[in-house]
Amino acid sequence: MIELPEDIRDQLISHSVAGLPDEACGLLAGTNGDGRTVRAERFYAMTNADHSAMTYRLDPTEQLRVFNEIEDKGWELIGIFHSHTHTEAYPSETDRRQAFYPEAHYVLASLADRNNPVVRAFTITEGDVEEHEVRIT
Amino acid sequence: MPVKVKIPTIFRGRVGGRPTVEGDGPTVRDLLQDLEGRYPGLTAGIVSEDGGLHRFVNLYVNDEDVRYLGSLEAEVKEGDTVAILPAVAGG
Repeated sequence: MIELPEDIRDQLISHSVAGLPDEACGLLAGTNGDGRTVRAERFYAMTNADHSAMTYRLDPTEQLRVFNEIEDKGWELIGIFHSHTHTEAYPSETDRRQAFYPEAHYVLASLADRNNPVVRAFTITEGDVEEHEVRIT
Repeated sequence: MPVKVKIPTIFRGRVGGRPTVEGDGPTVRDLLQDLEGRYPGLTAGIVSEDGGLHRFVNLYVNDEDVRYLGSLEAEVKEGDTVAILPAVAGG
């Protein structure tokens, strides 16, 4: 399970909307409680270096800067976020193929229904997708 | 001339679970070859089949992206830190 404070959930959605027509992306830092529940403490809204509606990639320099900050603050990288602009919040084939962080939750927001954005979370291990509950707190 | 190399979680199984290892240069390519000798299989998916840096891996020397330093020909010296980070990417 991943706990998302309501304000962070709102940040995910607003960053996704601001990024249209492209996909939006970012990182979630937080704490890994008992190993089964992770809690997001901070969302880093980041640049989609692909500037694409179909794919995303973090800018490598920005990625390292945020990774270092997360480490310096004693947090863990608990989530990798991106939006799907017109499809469901479920990892695409490209998402599964390029999932190099099995320790993180892949958090997806779908804007397919703009009035009712959907946020879901998954772990992806060697291409295998497992969904995890998202609890808004 | 040891160079410290930070290993991402996904590759730690290839180095006995260590978060960092040490190797020798003088270039990033030499460093990776040195590490491959110590930890066979480590550089799979880091160096591509054509001998370049794999598209979905970022390498940094002292926090600078090696793509701005000559890629695998970037020089490293004793005391440097090299970080390996898989890209964060998808569709």
